[in-house]
Amino acid sequence: MLKMIGQRLMTTIPSIIGVIIVTFLLTRVLPGDTAAYFAGPAASPQAIAEIRGKLGLDRPLPVQFASYVTALAKGDLGQSLTTGQPVTRDIAARLPASAELTLAGLLLAMAVALPLGVLAAVKQGSWIDHLCRIVATAGVSLPVFFTGLLLVYVFYFLLGWSPAPLGRLDVFASEPPGVTGFLLIDMLLARDLEGFRAAFSQLILPAVTLAIFSLAPITRMTRASMLAVLGADFVRTARASGLTNSKVIGTYAFRNAMLPVVTTLGMVFSFLLGANVLVEKVFAWPGIGSYAVEALIASDYAPIQGFVLTMAVMYVALNLMIDVLYGVIDPRVRLEG
Amino acid sequence: MTITRRTAIAAGLSLPLAARGGAAQAQAPSRSETLLLVQEYGPNSLDMQGIGSSQPVNGVALNCYDRLLRFKPVPIPGGGGNTIAMGELEGELAESWQLASDGMSCTFKLRDATFHSGRKVTAKDVKWSLDRAVSIGGFATTQMNAGSLEKPEQFVVIDDKTLRIDFIRKDKMTLPNLAVTIPFVFDSELAIKNGGDDPWAKDYLKNNIAGSGAYKVESWKPGVETIYVRNDAWTCGKLPSLRRIIARDIASPSTRRALIERGDADISYGLPPKDFKDLADAGKVNVVGVPIPNGVWGCYLNTQVGPFKDARLRQAVAWVMPYEKMLQASLFGRGVDMSGGPETPKVAWPQPFPYKTDVAKAKALVDAAGGGFSTTLLFDAGNATVAEPMSVLIKEALATIGINVEISKVPGANFRGEIQKKTNPMVLNRFAGWLDYPDYYLFWTMHGNNSIFNIAAYQNPALDKLVDEARFTADKATYDKSVVEFIKLVNVEVPMVPIAQPTHDVAMQKSIGGYQFQPCREPDFRYLTKG
Repeated sequence: MLKMIGQRLMTTIPSIIGVIIVTFLLTRVLPGDTAAYFAGPAASPQAIAEIRGKLGLDRPLPVQFASYVTALAKGDLGQSLTTGQPVTRDIAARLPASAELTLAGLLLAMAVALPLGVLAAVKQGSWIDHLCRIVATAGVSLPVFFTGLLLVYVFYFLLGWSPAPLGRLDVFASEPPGVTGFLLIDMLLARDLEGFRAAFSQLILPAVTLAIFSLAPITRMTRASMLAVLGADFVRTARASGLTNSKVIGTYAFRNAMLPVVTTLGMVFSFLLGANVLVEKVFAWPGIGSYAVEALIASDYAPIQGFVLTMAVMYVALNLMIDVLYGVIDPRVRLEG
Repeated sequence: MTITRRTAIAAGLSLPLAARGGAAQAQAPSRSETLLLVQEYGPNSLDMQGIGSSQPVNGVALNCYDRLLRFKPVPIPGGGGNTIAMGELEGELAESWQLASDGMSCTFKLRDATFHSGRKVTAKDVKWSLDRAVSIGGFATTQMNAGSLEKPEQFVVIDDKTLRIDFIRKDKMTLPNLAVTIPFVFDSELAIKNGGDDPWAKDYLKNNIAGSGAYKVESWKPGVETIYVRNDAWTCGKLPSLRRIIARDIASPSTRRALIERGDADISYGLPPKDFKDLADAGKVNVVGVPIPNGVWGCYLNTQVGPFKDARLRQAVAWVMPYEKMLQASLFGRGVDMSGGPETPKVAWPQPFPYKTDVAKAKALVDAAGGGFSTTLLFDAGNATVAEPMSVLIKEALATIGINVEISKVPGANFRGEIQKKTNPMVLNRFAGWLDYPDYYLFWTMHGNNSIFNIAAYQNPALDKLVDEARFTADKATYDKSVVEFIKLVNVEVPMVPIAQPTHDVAMQKSIGGYQFQPCREPDFRYLTKG
């Protein structure tokens, strides 16, 4: 198993190198003059030139690339100009916020979508199946920021059930000592139940927003995959052997239907990290998505490179996890091929 | 013992109970002493003199540091709080100040004030800070120069409590320029001690406050929030009534509006004009709007390249603009119309130009200049809420006189680069100068020094002469005459068509009092009250 993971890791190196080169080039090719932007109001051409020199933007591209890679090797992603902090520190502070939100959204989506998909497949053509179709269609046709704003409007503005969309924690609540960066876990570690409740209620609306967005692919995939498995010979054999319906569906069919679903989950997770950007804006969530967008608007290269690189590494790690999970779910899956 | 999955999970579950986080809460100020401000984005540094500092850093400088002087509050006509009178100053760190009889220097006596570190503020600290402002480069140095503060030799320490500033020339903007947010005073010993090799301690001061101001920064999470706490030992003014300020950065304007409407946020900055209008109409919260001193939304017409080299075409644009419609459709009435002014200008800026919508006149001018043509209109995507409807109306209006306009919207980062090129025929932009003088505005936007804000690339020695004369004269009559003359000149030359003077709007709960407008347009917490 370890050997397999090792081999699998080796294959990711070229993709990471590719990502580093492409992001570097892209950020340079994009229009926009960082130096002019950061020289601020009333900047003279000298001031702009001075900043360009300070940022090293006046040097030839290969030299800029070399210094970028050298710094990268030391774990230095450069300095963000929009927040004025090292990018590594910014990302480290913001990644858990995004991850917590995305995971919460994904878990919520799974909790609804998996049973719904399975039921829709088992009772094909019934009202559950139709419901499944409606939910999936509604979910994908609503853009995330729209769902987000709608939820804020209804549950915060009109009804007042939800707390103010002010980020991860109520303004007057105090933060727990940062251990994992996941507020819910940190609150539990600090045995601050009050705080846990506060953080949890802040998380509900944005997580629901993300969940609604990701319901469709998971439900549809679960349904399709279950249908395929339910029609397979081994299920017929199991039924013929007199096994109970729940045993057949729960143990044999579901387990085998999970493979494509896990693949979908991996894809949905990375989509969600992207969809986060807008949700983070609406809910003032201090995550990595809004960070990258602000950097992009300001032509702030370092955070964009850092963001893309982090995402690439996460994507690679995620795929690796899925591959490993394949082997766990279905031992016949071997990764040598 | 072998670690199985079960024991690992059991250990994980028991961990929360084992790790007892007994972080006792420090005695927190109550909600009535805490202000929650929501804004689009927060500071990217704590040092306004540093290069690349964003607009909200002015707020940090304003509240956490002291300057020698500050602007005197005067009531906003129509109520809602105070604005400032540019010509009237009061001492902040300075207990008193005395102009020399020859008018070429000013001596400041310092108040008995202490830094947050506990050290006494001395004239040496003031000198170090002013030296830094004129030497550090970038915006700080440019702004200092605007008040003829150019060299460290101008700042002379007499004794611990006395400092003299020598003037290079008589400049009426020197003293007001000491009251803007740039020349604030650092604890120089603390800064130097932590500065390492850098004589101006740029890295340290970017992340730390070393001042004597009314507030200290308790925590700063760039892009998330900034928390200020009151400095109870502040002596440079009346002790502020708010003990704690939480400034949250919330990118979505609709969320900021929902927060203020629901009563969860105390103050909301930077909403689109339409939201301010709706909030003001609904009447649940107070909306205070101050016409931005020295601020105008204008359409700049390139005088050096392209069709608008011909002054007749520039006048034609000024005659065809749908001023009233633009004010309503893009600013939702939150501004002052700049059309239909008198032939003879007043001594004021901005003020309405003599032009108003008159299509026949415009058409005649275009025909005289050789007929219609196609051109482009550029604006900053960051200003799109206002500039987009404005540019559509301009396009529509210009089509009626045979000028076909293509609209080009570029993101902020590219916009600076574009206006720096000075080749765009038409640009829509808002410029506001901190120092409220007509000559100051024109120095930036139309003077031959060709700053980045002279978007029209206007060059006219006659105008330069009048502007320079107004900048440096001590004689009121000469000043008034030069101002009237140069406004007359731009009325004819129109390198820029003024559209509207926008208002700076702030929405706040009815329980908030003591609103203070500052030229840097950042919140001044020192005067605010709650409840």
